[in-house]
Amino acid sequence: MPTSAPTAHALSDVTASDSTLRRFLHGLPGVDAVGLEARAASLGTRSIKTTAKAYAIDLAISMVDLTTLEGADTPGKVRALGAKAVHPDPTDRTTPTTAAVCVYPDMVAVAKEAVAGSGVKVASVATAFPAGRAALDVKLADVRDAVAAGADEIDMVIDRGAFLAGKYLKVYDEIVAVKEACGDAARLKVIFETGELSTYDNIRRASWLGMLAGADFIKTSTGKVAVNATPANTLLMLEAVRDFRVQTGVQVGVKPAGGIRTTKDAVKFLVLVNETAGEDWLDSHWFRFGASSLLNDLLMQRQKLATGRYSGPDYVTVD
Amino acid sequence: MAFEYAPAPESRAVVDIAPSYGLFIDGEFAEAADGKVFKTVSPSTEEVLSEVARAGAEDVDRAVKAARRAFEKWSALPGSERAKYLFRIARIVQERSRELAVLETLDNGKPIKETRDADLPLVAAHFFYYAGWADKLEHAGFGANPRPLGVAGQVIPWNFPLLMLAWKIAPALAAGNTVVLKPAETTPLSALFFADICRQAGLPKGVVNILPGYGDAGAALVAHPDVDKVAFTGSTAVGKEIARTVAGTRKKLTLELGGKGANIVFDDAPIDQAVEGIVTGIFFNQGQVCCAGSRLLVQESIQDELLDSLKRRLSTLRLGDPLDKNTDIGAINSAEQLARITALAERGEAEGAERWSPACALPESGYWFAPTLFTNVTQAHTIARDEIFGPVLSVLSFRTPDEAVAKANNTQYGLSAGIWTEKGSRILAVANKLRAGVVWSNTFNKFDPTSPFGGYKESGFGREGGRHGLEAYLDV
Amino acid sequence: MSDRLSVFKTYKLYVGGKFPRSESGRVYEVTDSKGKWLANAPLSSRKDARDAVVAARKAFGGWSGATAYNRGQVLYRVAEMLEGRKEQFAREVADAEGLSKSKAAAVVDATIDRWVWYAGWTDKIAQVVGGANPVAGPYFNLSSPEPTGVVAVLAPQESSFLGLVSVVAPVIATGNTAVVVASEKAPLPALSLGEVLATSDVPGGVVNVLSGRTAEIAAPLAAHQDVNAIDLAGADEVLAKELEIAAADNLKRVLRPQAVDYAETPGTERMTAFLETKTVWHPTGSLGAGGSSY
Repeated sequence: MPTSAPTAHALSDVTASDSTLRRFLHGLPGVDAVGLEARAASLGTRSIKTTAKAYAIDLAISMVDLTTLEGADTPGKVRALGAKAVHPDPTDRTTPTTAAVCVYPDMVAVAKEAVAGSGVKVASVATAFPAGRAALDVKLADVRDAVAAGADEIDMVIDRGAFLAGKYLKVYDEIVAVKEACGDAARLKVIFETGELSTYDNIRRASWLGMLAGADFIKTSTGKVAVNATPANTLLMLEAVRDFRVQTGVQVGVKPAGGIRTTKDAVKFLVLVNETAGEDWLDSHWFRFGASSLLNDLLMQRQKLATGRYSGPDYVTVD
Repeated sequence: MAFEYAPAPESRAVVDIAPSYGLFIDGEFAEAADGKVFKTVSPSTEEVLSEVARAGAEDVDRAVKAARRAFEKWSALPGSERAKYLFRIARIVQERSRELAVLETLDNGKPIKETRDADLPLVAAHFFYYAGWADKLEHAGFGANPRPLGVAGQVIPWNFPLLMLAWKIAPALAAGNTVVLKPAETTPLSALFFADICRQAGLPKGVVNILPGYGDAGAALVAHPDVDKVAFTGSTAVGKEIARTVAGTRKKLTLELGGKGANIVFDDAPIDQAVEGIVTGIFFNQGQVCCAGSRLLVQESIQDELLDSLKRRLSTLRLGDPLDKNTDIGAINSAEQLARITALAERGEAEGAERWSPACALPESGYWFAPTLFTNVTQAHTIARDEIFGPVLSVLSFRTPDEAVAKANNTQYGLSAGIWTEKGSRILAVANKLRAGVVWSNTFNKFDPTSPFGGYKESGFGREGGRHGLEAYLDV
Repeated sequence: MSDRLSVFKTYKLYVGGKFPRSESGRVYEVTDSKGKWLANAPLSSRKDARDAVVAARKAFGGWSGATAYNRGQVLYRVAEMLEGRKEQFAREVADAEGLSKSKAAAVVDATIDRWVWYAGWTDKIAQVVGGANPVAGPYFNLSSPEPTGVVAVLAPQESSFLGLVSVVAPVIATGNTAVVVASEKAPLPALSLGEVLATSDVPGGVVNVLSGRTAEIAAPLAAHQDVNAIDLAGADEVLAKELEIAAADNLKRVLRPQAVDYAETPGTERMTAFLETKTVWHPTGSLGAGGSSY
C-alpha cells in the first residue's frame, strides 16, 4: 500500500510515518468543549428573517443530500426519492433541486436513472457502511461497484476502531486507497462518525487526517448512531477546513449528517458556515446536509414565506 | 449572492417610556426640590428618550431620611419575610425581562443580544440568590447574630445599569439595610423602572429610594452623615475621592473600580476558543467593562497565527442598531465616553503602536467606535496602562510564563485576568501568581451571583456576589 | 548582694532581618509609666519607613508563597522562643504598662498563647473564608483568600505587647508582610520582639519594627504607593482620619481604629481585613462531544 500523500502541499511530509502523523495530529491546538459549544450556541441565536430566510431556505434545499439508507430500500423507493430531489416542490417549479440523492451502492444505477439530466448528483455510501468493519479489499470493491454504477460521490466511513486505537496511518492509508478507487469519477466524502470518536480533540484530528488523505468532503456521521451532526461538531469541522485551506490552499467541503430535521436547524448550520468558513463554502459544492425529513420542512417554510400562511404536511410530498 | 442577514429588530413596542420621570423617594415619584431635570438620550440615535428629575443635595437628604425611617421596620422583619420580597422582585424581573432588556438597550446603547442573554438573566438570578440569604445570615460565617449596617448609599455606573443595581440592592436588602441608589446620569431609566417593580412587589416605602442625577448627587449621598454604608462602582479616580470623603467616619466602604485586565494566551492554548475569549473579553458591551481583557498578552511563538485568526474573526463582528438581534457591537454610551476612547486611541497611534480595525461602516448618528486592535504595544505605551473603557485591544507579547505573569501584574489595577492553555498545572500556577480578583482560565467574562467579584490594588476593595458579597452589608 | 553594674541594652530597629539604628541617627527617651528613664529608642525617620517597606516587599513573594503549614510552624516557633524569654518580656511589659509583676506575667502568657492561636490559623483560614461557588454553568469556580501584600501596622499605644502581637500575628499568619510602628511611648517590647523573630525562622523582612513618633512614621507609610494596606489601631481619631485620606491615593485597605479588648479571644476580622478574594473560573463541560445538542 503506498503511503504517499495524494496531493503535494505544505503538509505532505507529516504522513511519512505513523509517528510523524501522530505527532502532527496531536500537535493540533486542543479544543475546549465548553467554549466550542458556547460559540456554536451563540451563533445559533442569529435571527434570520425575511429575505435572508428566503435565501437560506433555497440555499439549504440546494445543499440537501436527500438520503435513504434502509435495509428496506427498493427501486421504487429510490425512484420516488430521485423524483423528489429533482422537483422538491411539484407545485412550485422555482424550487431548487437538491444537491444529490444518497443511496446504497446497489441502488446507484436506479438513482442515476431517476435523476438523469437534472444535475442532481448521485452519492453512494460505501466501504461497508455504516460500521466499516470489513477487509480493505471488500471496502474497495464496494467503492468500485458504486463508481462503476455511475456514482458521482462516494461517502466512505473511516475505521473508527483503528482511529481510537491510535493507528492513524492505517486510517489514512485506507482513505488514500478509497480516494484512488474513486479516481476522477467521484468526489470523496469521508465520514468520521463523530459520535463514536467522542471527543472534540478526536474530531479535529480526524478532520485533518481526512483532509491530508485527500478527502473532498469531511462528514460528521452516518445517521446510524445516537449522536450525529451537532452545531458544535460541525463548527469544529468548519474551522478545520478553513485552517486547512489557509495552510495548503486546498478547499475541502463539509457535510453534517443525521439529526438535522427543521429549517431552523438548517439555517443555524448555514450561519455557522457563513461566520466560520465564510462565503466560499456557501455553495452546494462545498457544503451539504445529509438528511431526509429536513427537505419537507424546508419546503413548508418556503411555502409559508411565499404565501404568508403556515403550510402543513399534506401540502408537501411524502416519499 | 452573499448571506446578508436582513434586519431583525426587537420590537420597541414592549416598552412604554414616559415623557418624564421623577425621583423615587419614600415610595413615591417626586420632582426634584429645585425642579431640575435632565434629558436621557439613546446613544445609538441621540434621540431623547425621556426627561428625568435631577436629584440635588436636598433630595439626597430627603431620601436618606426616608431610608432611615424605613430601616427600623425593615431590619426588624423576620429574614424569611425579607426573602419573600426579594423573591417577588426576582420573579417580576423575569416576567418583565423583555421590556427591561429593550429599555436597557435603548438607554445604554448595548446590543439587545447582551441585555436579553446576559444582563437581564443575571439581574433576576442575583435577586433570587440573595433572597435566599435573607433568612440564613447567621450561617454565613459572619458571627451568630450578624446585624445590618443601616442606610446604604449606592452609586452605580452606566455600563450595566440594571445589573449593577441588582449587585448593590439585592445583598443590601437581604442583610436588612435600606438603600438610596443613584444611577448614572446617562442611564437612569432602568433604575426608575425598577422602582416600579418595587411597588409591584409591595416593598415597604422607603426601603429602596432611587435618585437619578449627576456626580454632585452622588457626592452628596456619599457625604451624608446619616449614611452607614457606601458602595460605589465606577472609575478609580472617583473611587479615591469617595475613600477620602468617608475617611474618619463610621461608613463602611466597598469600591469596584477600573481595570486593565491581561488576557494571556500561551502557545498551547485552544486557539479557536481563545480567539472567542479575546473577542468576548474586549468587545462585550463595547469594551465598556471594568473587567475587560483589554491587554492581550500572547506568546511570541504564536503571535502571527493568533493575530491572523483574531483579525479574521473581528471582520465578522456586526456593528449597528443595538435593537437588532444580530448586532454584536452596539453604540458607545455617551459622547463624552466616545471622546475619551477616541483620544486614547489617537494617543496609541501617536506613541507608535500599529492600529487596525476591520472594514466597518459606522452609523451616521449616535456614538460609535469601530472595534480596534493595536499591535506593537509595549508596557510603556499609554494604551497598555490606562483604562480605555472601549472596544480597543492592546496586543503585547511575551516569551515565557514568568514574563507573562510579570507583565500581567505590572499595573496599578488588579481586577481580572485570563489564561489560555491546555496545560492544567500551568493554569493553576499562573492563576496563583496573578494579582487579580477574578481569573478566567480558558474562558472570559463569565459572571454568576454565587461567584465573588472584585479587585486587588486600585481596582477597589470588597467583593460583590456570593457569600462574600454579604460582608459589605453586615456589621461584622 | 554586691552591686553589679548591669549591662544596658541598646534597642535597635528591626528591618529586613537586621538590626539597624535609625537612619536619622536620633533616639528618644523611653520612660516607664512613672516617668523613670528606661532606655533610648531609635527615632525612626521617613527613610527608615521607606527602607522597611522595601524589605517587606522583598520578603512578600517568599512568605506569601510559603505553604500555610510552613507559616504555621514558623509562627509556632515564635511562641516557643517567646516562652524562653518570658521574664524579659514580663519586665518590659510591667515597666511599660505599670503592671504588677504577676499581672505582667499573665499578659505575656496571653501574648504567647495568641501567637499559638494564630499559628494554628494559617492553614485553616482558606477553608473558612474560601470555597467552591456553585455557578449556573459548566464551570468549576473556586474562591480563595490571598494576602493583600505589604501591610503597615500601627501597633496599639496602650497594650504594648499583647496588643502588638494581636495586630501583627494575624497580618503575617495569612502571608502578608508587615511594617510595624511600635507603641510610641512603650516601644521596648516591640523592639525586643524583633530579636525573637530574628531567631524564630521568620524570614527577614516579613516583620519590620520601627519605633519613634507614630504620626511621623505613619504619614509616609499611609501615602506610600507600595504599601497595600494599613491597620490604624495605634492612631488617634485625628491622625486616623488624616492617614485614611492619604491611604486613598492608592486605595489601601484600611482597618480603622476601634475599641478592642485584647484580652478577649479575637475573631477572624483582623485576618480577613488583609485578605483578597481571588476567584478562578475553569470550564468543566462534558467528557465527550456527545452531550451537545441544539
